[in-house]
Amino acid sequence: MIEAVGLTKRYGAKTAVYNLSFQVRPGTVTGFLGPNGSGKSTTMRMILGLDQPTTGQVTIGGYPYRKLPNAPRQVGALLDAKAVHGGRHARNHLLCLAQLSGIPARRVDEVLGVVGLQEVAKKRSKGFSLGMGQRLGIAAALLGDPQVLLFDEPVNGLDPEGILWVRNLMKSLAAEGRTVFVSSHLMSEMALTAEHLIVIGRGQLLADMSVKDFISHNSADFARVRTPEGDVQQREKLSAALSEAGGQVMPEQDGALRVTGLPLPRISDLAHDADVRVWELSPHQASLEEAYMRMTQGAVDYRSTVDQRAGLQQQLPPGAMPQQQMPVPGQGQPGWYAPPPPQQGGQPFAMPQGAPQGAPGAPGAPQGPPPGTPNPYAAAPPQAPASAPAPDMTKRDSEDPR
Amino acid sequence: MAATQVLKSEWTKIRSVSSTVWTLGLALVVTVGLGLLISILAKNDYDSLNAQDRRVFDPTFTSFAGTSLGQLAMIVFGVLVVSNEYSTGMIRTSLSAVPQRATFMASKVAVATLLALVVGLVTSFISFFLGQAMLGEHKALISDPGVLRAVIGGGLYMTLIAMFSMGVAMMLRSPMLSLGILMPFFFLISSILGNVSATKKIGRFLPDQAGSKIMQVKTPLDDDSPYGPWGGLAIMVLWVVVALIGGYALLKKRDA
Repeated sequence: MIEAVGLTKRYGAKTAVYNLSFQVRPGTVTGFLGPNGSGKSTTMRMILGLDQPTTGQVTIGGYPYRKLPNAPRQVGALLDAKAVHGGRHARNHLLCLAQLSGIPARRVDEVLGVVGLQEVAKKRSKGFSLGMGQRLGIAAALLGDPQVLLFDEPVNGLDPEGILWVRNLMKSLAAEGRTVFVSSHLMSEMALTAEHLIVIGRGQLLADMSVKDFISHNSADFARVRTPEGDVQQREKLSAALSEAGGQVMPEQDGALRVTGLPLPRISDLAHDADVRVWELSPHQASLEEAYMRMTQGAVDYRSTVDQRAGLQQQLPPGAMPQQQMPVPGQGQPGWYAPPPPQQGGQPFAMPQGAPQGAPGAPGAPQGPPPGTPNPYAAAPPQAPASAPAPDMTKRDSEDPR
Repeated sequence: MAATQVLKSEWTKIRSVSSTVWTLGLALVVTVGLGLLISILAKNDYDSLNAQDRRVFDPTFTSFAGTSLGQLAMIVFGVLVVSNEYSTGMIRTSLSAVPQRATFMASKVAVATLLALVVGLVTSFISFFLGQAMLGEHKALISDPGVLRAVIGGGLYMTLIAMFSMGVAMMLRSPMLSLGILMPFFFLISSILGNVSATKKIGRFLPDQAGSKIMQVKTPLDDDSPYGPWGGLAIMVLWVVVALIGGYALLKKRDA
């Protein structure tokens, strides 16, 4: 178990980490999230005793790292994949680390096999790609078969197969009862790997909770309701009925309604009572990525600005019209990360959805449109509208890793 | 953890990088080669020396003439052994494996020193015997008074130069900075300070000026230094101790 109490680190005038207290428990993968420069690596370094905290302390199993008996057998860490002597070949790199803690050379070959680097064991690490470097770093962390593992951005530079492998490795290490602490700035990755989250921004604790709690605390569940196109009356009627029943209704760009505060079956009932036909009734959940971005929005240190190209623009040929500057999303637009209302399809990020609220059958049962009205499923056979969305929803449910 | 484990690991580290072979090999080749060359020149030049110069002609010290250049390779060895940990970032991996700074540093210095000592002594003996072979009838014998001391001293001198460089590199961390200071200092500045009459009194207390006294068998004419060969070596050891203590203090205090 890793325990930090009031951890603070100042570099001159800059405070990298401020009053950070948290616990990392064994048996689960704990994700350590924060934007660039939020103090993740500094915290990792303090856990490993590389940096001395200005105030506060952090212990592993009750000991400060520098006092930990036989540290390499208890703690394994991957801090920086490129932190190896490039002229030394992979096997010797691991061998010198193994000898430090009295680990037999046999173990070196074992971990080389675990990370899939046997082929290049006798190659100088200078020529390694970032992904191979990460694998070498992970091998070093696994050497002592430690109970506590720290990984700083382990999936950086890995290919999809490698990312999947790291994800499963972390989970299996945690399942063996080890303490696994993984930092990342990618919420989507952590959502798949971690069970518990510690989120920091500007060196301060923003959240310390399970992934499940994080989702329910930070994501606004809502329902999308669409009434037949062109029938404003019906829409307003439903809108009034829903508001009356205690829901918050917001119109969306495409004419649909975004409803919060009412479960899906209740919306369906209300629509039925109001005698309003519904073309779409679907559950939505802000993705973890959105929740994370909203949370850390105020704590992002490095934000991009619009590239002004002052004095750099090429001279236009005489008579030519200056080109219209198209705004680039995310550049120079503070608050861009605030979750946008979902567009058609309502899934701005390719994220697995949490268990949708409400009965699973409810969203997949739009009333069939009367013949003659233009409908989005026109090409499909008549029965299709009723059934087509349903399998789609259930499929997504069954694919949900949780 | 047992210090032997750390020693073993440091040995793996030092033998598995090619810079070790290059720097130590260069130290040997340059020292021996240049000593050989100067010995040949000295023999041919001997007849033109006046009586006084002939009296203080020091065949042993002549065969060590290559040390002034060969020591630069030793400096590079000492600097790289320490600073490549910093320049590659390996130091963070090393220190998270050996959280005890004292054990880490002592082992690193011990292994590198032992290696430097072996190479230094081998270099010294080869330089001596090859140089004497070139000097013909003017040669000194290993059994002559003070000669064995000078030959072993030559090896010690090389070792201490490497140790001093390790201490400095531990303080400065950057290989470029360390080499940029140590190389010109030992190649130019120190010998200028030690030979210009105005600065001589201070210059002769510099590590290389004091330490190289151990390689002399006959005292040069204008030498009025207040210390003998062992005294000079002791001054050099003092420098080394100060550099290593400084390096340790900073290693312990600083964030890695």
